[in-house]
Formats: sequence, C-alpha cells, structure tokens
Amino acid sequence: MATATAVDVHAHDDHHDHDHEQSFVSKYIFSTDHKTIAKQFLITGIFWAIIGAAMSVIFRLQLGFPDADLSWLQPVLGKWIDAQGKLDPSFYLALVTMHGTIMVFFVLTAGLSGTFSNFLIPLQIGARDMASGFMNMLSFWFFFVSGAIMFVSLFLETGPASGGWVVYPPLSALPQAMDGSGAGMTLWLVAMVFFIASQLLGGINYITTIINMRTKGMSFSRLPLTIWAFFLTAVIGLLSFPVLFAAALLLVFDRSFGTSFYLSEIYIGGEALPNVGGSPILYQHLFWFLGHPEVYIVLLPALGITSEIIATNSRKPIFGYKAMIISMMGITFLSFIVWAHHMFVSGLNPFLGSIFMFLTLIIAIPSAVKVFNYLTTLWRGNIVFTPAMLFSIGLVSVFISGGITGIFLGNSAIDIQLHDTYFVVAHFHLVMGAASAFGLLAGVYHWFPKMFGRMLDSRLGYIHFWLTFIGIYSVFFPMHYIGIAGFPRRYYSFTNFDAFSGFTDLNMFISAAAIFTFLGQFIFLFNFFYSIYRGRKATENPWRSTTLEWTTPINPGHGNWPGEIPTVYRWPYDYSKPGAAEDFILQTVPFSETMESNLPHENDLIALEKEEADEIVVDESKAH
Amino acid sequence: MMTEEYKLVDAPVQQPLSMHPKKFALWLFIVTVVMIFAAFTSAHIVRQADGDWLQYDIPQMLWVTSGIILASSITMQWAYMAAKKDKFEQVKLALSITTVLGIVFLFGQFQAWGQLVDQGVFFVGNPAGSFMYVFTGIHGAHLVSGVIYLLYMLVSAFKYKVHSKNMLNMEMSTTYWHFLGGLWIYLFIFLLLNH
Repeated sequence: MATATAVDVHAHDDHHDHDHEQSFVSKYIFSTDHKTIAKQFLITGIFWAIIGAAMSVIFRLQLGFPDADLSWLQPVLGKWIDAQGKLDPSFYLALVTMHGTIMVFFVLTAGLSGTFSNFLIPLQIGARDMASGFMNMLSFWFFFVSGAIMFVSLFLETGPASGGWVVYPPLSALPQAMDGSGAGMTLWLVAMVFFIASQLLGGINYITTIINMRTKGMSFSRLPLTIWAFFLTAVIGLLSFPVLFAAALLLVFDRSFGTSFYLSEIYIGGEALPNVGGSPILYQHLFWFLGHPEVYIVLLPALGITSEIIATNSRKPIFGYKAMIISMMGITFLSFIVWAHHMFVSGLNPFLGSIFMFLTLIIAIPSAVKVFNYLTTLWRGNIVFTPAMLFSIGLVSVFISGGITGIFLGNSAIDIQLHDTYFVVAHFHLVMGAASAFGLLAGVYHWFPKMFGRMLDSRLGYIHFWLTFIGIYSVFFPMHYIGIAGFPRRYYSFTNFDAFSGFTDLNMFISAAAIFTFLGQFIFLFNFFYSIYRGRKATENPWRSTTLEWTTPINPGHGNWPGEIPTVYRWPYDYSKPGAAEDFILQTVPFSETMESNLPHENDLIALEKEEADEIVVDESKAH
Repeated sequence: MMTEEYKLVDAPVQQPLSMHPKKFALWLFIVTVVMIFAAFTSAHIVRQADGDWLQYDIPQMLWVTSGIILASSITMQWAYMAAKKDKFEQVKLALSITTVLGIVFLFGQFQAWGQLVDQGVFFVGNPAGSFMYVFTGIHGAHLVSGVIYLLYMLVSAFKYKVHSKNMLNMEMSTTYWHFLGGLWIYLFIFLLLNH
C-alpha cells in the first residue's frame, strides 16, 4: 500500500517539473491550479462583499434617517428612489433579502471556504493540487454563473427576490404575492441551484484531497487545525446542501408547475387558489436543515484560520489540540439536530421545542471549549500583534459577545419575545457575520504573502482593524437594546408606529456607525490591490510559522514544491519548544535533528523516522 | 497529547487511504444523492402525518420495473466479473444488456406515470400524488446519468479498453449502477409502505 501511493506521487512529480508555457486563458481564467482558483474565489468574494455591504448601507440610511432626501442615489438606483427622494418600500425588502443572500452564500461561504480551502488544503497537507483540478475549476465557474444570474436579477423591472433570504413560501411560491416573487425569485432559485452544484463539487474535492492526498507522515493527528476545520466544513456542506436542493426543487414545482407541497387554501384578491393540502412548515423544516448547518459552514473555517494564526503569533502551541478537534466534531454533529430552534414560534409542538432547546444549548459546550482554548493559547504567550492576529483576537471577542446572546435565543420561552426582532439580528451578525468576516480578513492578512509573494502594509492593517472592530460593535451592540424593546426586523420604517417611535437617535447612531465601518473597508481594498503590485516583497516564512505552505518557494508554481514533496515528522504547533534554537520548528524537521529539544518519547521516534526514510529511497528507485 | 502521538506513530507507517480519489469522490457524490432522497422521504413522512392525504394504488408497472432494475444489477455484476477475467465478448454482451434494461426501466417508469394518470392521480393536486411523481422523476433523472455512464462504458468496451488492468471506470460504473438500483428498491418499498 505504501509503495503504491509513493509511486503515484512521484509520477506526478515528473509531470510537474516541466515548466510548460500556459496561455493566458488556461493560466488565469479556466485554470485548474488550486492557488489560482482560490484567488478567483477571493476576488469574486470581495466584489460581492462590496455590493452586499453597500446594500446594507442603503437600507441603514432608510432606517436611521427616514426623512432624508436620497435623491442623490438616483443615478445608481434609478426608479427605486421616487420623486420625493424616498426609497421604494418594496425595494427596501429586496435590499434586505439580497444583503442576506449575498453575504451568507457568496461572501462567507464561497468567498471564505472557497478561498482558503482551495488555497490551504494542498499547501498544508503537502499535495501537488486538488484531487480533481477540473472539478475544482468547474466549482468556481458554477459559482461565477450563479453570481452572474443573481447579479442580473438586481436589474429586473420588478426587482430581485424580496421575501427574505430564507425565501419562505407562500410569499416566495406565489409570483403574484409581491413584485420580488416574480422573475426575481425565479432567478434567485436558478442561481442557488448553480451555487449548490458549485459547493458540492468543491466539497467533494476538499474531502477527497484531505483523505487521499496527504504527504508522507501527515497523519490526521498532525493536520493543522485549519485543515480539520475545512474538512468538517466540507462534510457539513455535503450533507446539508442536497437538502436545500430538495427544498428548492419542491418550491420550483409549486411556483412553476402548480403543485401544492407548501401551499394550502390561500386567497389572493378575494379569490381562492386551487392549491390545497400543502404545508409551509414543511419548507421551514427542510430549509433550516440546511440553514442551521450553514451557520457552521460559514463559521468553522474562520475558527480554523484563527486557531492557526493565534498559535503562530502567540509563539505557543495551540492549547488543547485534541480538544479543538473534538469540539469541532461536536459542533458538526450538533449542527444537524438543532434546526427547529429557528421555528419556535411557527406552531411547533412545544414539547419538541424543548428538545430542540436542550440540543441547542449543548452547542454552548464545544463553543466554550474553543473560546477557552483560544484564551489559554494567548495566555502568557509572546504575542506578536500582526493585523492578522488582531483580527483573530477580534474574532474571539465577537464570538463571545455574539455567542452569549445565542444562549438567550436558544431558550424557547425567551425566543417568543425576541423572535424576529433586532436582538436576533444583533446576535447572528456578531457570532456568524462579524466573526466569519474577521476570520476571512485575518486569513487574507496572514496568507497574502503566500498568495501574491508580497506583504500587505501592516500600518494600514492596524487602522483597518480598529475602524472595523469599533465599527462592528457600534453597529451591533445597540441593536440588542432595540431588539429587547421589541423592534421587528425587516420593517421599512418605524416612525409610522407609536410603539416604535422611540430610539430614533439610537437607530441614527447605528446607521452612522454602519457607514463609518463601510468606509473603513476601503482602506483594506486599497491595501489589498496596491500590495498585489507594489507591496513589500515577502520572505519565505514571514510569520516564522511551522506549517508546510511556508516551505514552498515564495511564489509557488504549478505543483507547489519544485522538487519532492516534503515529509512531515511532527505536529504543526512546535512553537517555543524548550531547548530549541529557534522559537519554531517546521513540520518537516525530523526529531533526529532536534536532539536538544526532544521530549523523551520523541527520541524514541527517531528510529521510526529512519525506517521511513529508507522506505522513500526504495520507492523512488521503483518509480524511475 | 504526548501519549496519543506516541501511540499513533507506533502504528504502521502513516499512509493515506488506498482508495482511488475518483472512486472516493463517487462515494461522496452518492452521499449527496442519498441526502436528497432522505430529504424527500422525510418530507413525505412529515406531510403524511398532517392528514388530508390522498389514497391511491401503486401502479402495477412498478413491480415490473423493480424486477428489471434488479435484473440489470445482476447483469452489471456479470459485466464487472467478466472484465476482471478479461472476457471481452462477455463484457460487451453484459454491458449491452444492462444498458437496454436501464432504458426499458425508464420507459416502464413512464408507463407507470400513465397508470397513475388513469387513476386520476396527477402531478398537480394532493401532495400524495405529487410526491410519487417527484420520487420517480428525480430518481429517473439520476438513472439517465447512469445510462449515459453505461453508454460511455459500452463504447470503451467495444474499443477493448475495459480489462483487468483498467478497472477503475468499470468499478465506478458498477458501484453507481448498484446504488441507483438499491435507491429505487428503497423508494419502492417506502412507497408501498407509506402511499
């Protein structure tokens, strides 16, 4: 078994050593190289992030300054701003819907795991590329098509989908229900089908690559936590996206073929529709069976990235490596059996509700283990405050403050009061939105040198971090109060209701903070695009990190390592090992070369290392 | 941690899984298809529990098509074993029969829809009937992909590319075909018990 795999690896070796010229199209557009695909995902994700964030600023303008004259937005939004300079109420709903869809799926799913799973999996496990480069390319281009369709839907006469990102029927199932349920909804569903296909192609590839293509010595107990996180993320996606597909398919049948899976006894304009016997609750069950795991699809990669960055920049081994893995597995498992906590007020059986409440609250345990491990890794470390490190610590902060409100909301009794209020908005934006975005930004700051061979400017990085960190808290912290006061989400305007006429100043503050945060991101954009071309040249291992990607050349070519793929001898967190000359030891350094820092049992491993080395020689003679 | 690491290294030399990546990816694809049908069948159960459920007869034709798909699995296995022994003529014959049986199965499923229509059970109407059409239809769509794979295998077989030294595609198409057959049997039994 050992020999067969090694031969295969070396056969690849020969292939990649040839420096064959590639055309522009096969190198940068229809590339099958995982590093290029990762960059494609990243840049597309950034594009969508700008659109998604700009949308939130527009509806925040409406919420914070309901009397303002928005006619200056007319050149962009056209007829959605009426003659009095007011935002069209149905377009407001479309903005909220599209903001959610874009941010959850295009930015934090495709942009985050698409970028870093693609980029880091082969580099950190020691593989030439993904298991199937073609499928990987297809994954990006399905995502691209999905994005293109969604983008087109923004310019429809009747506007894009506007029934909320969860597209509950009957609102979404009846084209006559509202403008956005017409062509906009159709395009939304088509786009999601492409998106699901893209995710499944990607996910199958990630899992296959991690299981089948690890380099010699890279056992599961030596995998960096990033890889563990990407692996579990892909598993979740593989199990939950098909269910969303099933839900969407039945919705398509209801919309376009007249079936009644989700529709029953509805009157529109005084006339009864023929649909009888469907159940809208059924859709909610199917949707949230994806929808809840989706939260972890978004969050786990960010947590993995953070583990890696915090260990590297604390110059300490990650605290509780095994505990981190077990808690991620726990989160993965639990994510599939808590979906009904989104449905406490949908008429769910209260007894069933209390079961789901119990399961939901259990998630606090693995989450708390992770937070504890982050803090104990930081504890008494020689912390290096790189921008990536700041964003990682920021992630831990928003993960705590957003996670605690999750315990409130997980209680079905309290959820009756808080359901669909701004409290929920504050909760999930902190724990899932901001935390994942921080993870994404931390990852970009940390692996930018590997991606582009240049460094991001760290001073701009610090400014970016503090603007974002202060901005995020200023936006979402006050929302808890507004939520407790009972303000429902997705309302166009509050000033028309006596009950919600207060807190106008707080809403104004939130909107101002949102604009402030949005503007702060342009510092990052400038830094990002400027540094690709003009940034300081990176060194081979700028963060003095231990993992395999830093053993590649500064600009790794097709195939990643020019010669043989390095062998791995130790776990990825040998930082500040007592006795060692440097405060980090690369995973590729055998124990036989670090006698001064070996622990007693590691000395015993030297004999085994020798055996393995002998085996490699034998394999190579067979391969050639 | 330390003792754990010790134990792991003590085990035989760490090597990745020996399964071919493509074959592994096929199994993962099968998992996604399983999840789609798990969603459909659980939706069926949940919806049925709500009441207002149309009672109808399972078309007799489905007994015939179930027999056909089982037979095709047997011939597929025959093709696989023949390929392993380099019996080229048998491979061609068995693959041809399997492909024909696959197409006949699809035709039979279509006839079953006709029998449903004769009973007055339509795609549009009570979800009981709609679910029936969705199960058969989506399974049929997957079976079409299986038949396309079989046609590809058939072309390879006639070019003598399917033999004991080149079994990857043969193994994968056999796995996929058995899976599609098994999936239908599951759906059929599910419908018999719950219609």
